[in-house]
Amino acid sequence: MLKNKHLIDPMDFTLEELDEIFSLTNLIKEKQGDFTNLCNGKILGTLFYEPSTRTRFSFEAAMLRLGGEVIGFSEPGSSSVSKGESLPDTIRTVEAYSDIIVMRHPKEGAPKYASNYCKIPLINAGDGGHQHPTQTLADLYTIMESKGRLENLTIGFCGDLKFGRTVHSLIKAISRYENIKLVLISPIELQIPKYLKKEVEDKDIDYVEMEKLEDVIGDLDILYMTRVQKERFFNEADYIRLKDSYILDLKKLEKAKTDLSILHPLPRVNEISMEVDSDPRAYYFKQTKNGMYVRMALIIKLLGVDYDAKY
Amino acid sequence: MMLNINSIIQGIVIDHIKPGWGLKVFDYLKLADADFTVALIMNASSQKFGRKDIIKIENEIDIDLAMLGFIDPNITVNIIENEIITEKINLSLPKEVRDIIQCKNPRCISSDERNIQHKFVLIDAENGVYKCDYCDHIYSWEG
Repeated sequence: MLKNKHLIDPMDFTLEELDEIFSLTNLIKEKQGDFTNLCNGKILGTLFYEPSTRTRFSFEAAMLRLGGEVIGFSEPGSSSVSKGESLPDTIRTVEAYSDIIVMRHPKEGAPKYASNYCKIPLINAGDGGHQHPTQTLADLYTIMESKGRLENLTIGFCGDLKFGRTVHSLIKAISRYENIKLVLISPIELQIPKYLKKEVEDKDIDYVEMEKLEDVIGDLDILYMTRVQKERFFNEADYIRLKDSYILDLKKLEKAKTDLSILHPLPRVNEISMEVDSDPRAYYFKQTKNGMYVRMALIIKLLGVDYDAKY
Repeated sequence: MMLNINSIIQGIVIDHIKPGWGLKVFDYLKLADADFTVALIMNASSQKFGRKDIIKIENEIDIDLAMLGFIDPNITVNIIENEIITEKINLSLPKEVRDIIQCKNPRCISSDERNIQHKFVLIDAENGVYKCDYCDHIYSWEG
């Protein structure tokens, strides 16, 4: 039962609950017109303590397409947070005016802390370099759509694996499916964090850590590219040294499988050349659109809105 | 001259505390607020370790000792009744540790919010590994 649950960590939902969300996503994509008034009178509170384009837009678009309304802030300077209000107080206030809350925060664990004070569903829309579970919903759904399965896959993660919250969430979530092999491609300085490596090892997940994309690209069913994010670095020199380490272009793709699926949480800078966009293996723009549909399904499920009367 | 602390008839003896840590244990157990007799002995001689700290608590056995396992699993705890050791408590690592240590991840929400409770959960009992309940950062004594 997903009604009134929070989504803070990708492991908060069972595999059955994920299936429920993906089935509903399929239905929404097929019959979008049937969902336009489903959330009439409901309000989504959006607390974005850090800039966001697609996550905020996709949540707002999702709620508006369901007939609901949206309130909130897109940078904390325009709220009483700038006056020094504590996170619990902000949450309690927004909770009083909304039915469901989405929150992005630069500090890791902020949504988990906030959820202790929130009686309505709270969704983590990214916390620092930690987790981004709703991007994971879009990622899993797109993998399912492109490969027809979530099991028996070799998945390459390339780029900034240390601070890439979308990577952390997807690794946790996909590792629950059968026969998953992880290929972690990054500079040594940007390998996955210790806690995540421990989780992967404790669960006996098959994984390798590599430095060069071209050495392993031929083995992959899925390639998950990420941006080396400037704001995650403590100093400019490290950023400049590492940012161009891993760039996907058509030349590198010559060695890849013909049915590879290329994913990217976006925005990209230059880690995927634009020449790749027209390759049939590029799924990242479909993935970003799926992000809106899965968020529609998520909002419906967490609000417990009755949608299936006519199905 | 030898410092003489009377043996206790009933209570708890927390023994083999690393020298210098007695006061910390005293604080963690909030013994400064005690209304019963407590003795903190520092730098007592120890056959095993050379020096050790000891805490003796008289006429009180209802004390939450779970944190002691986190501070130092080598500490021994003896329950005394009628001047006889009736129970030796084997310390185990607590499943949760609250407000004893702080997360070292500079990006963790616990480094930013006022009044937040610092909370760690045990993820590997064999190796004594904890992680921050908010940001998952692994805690180790070395830093």
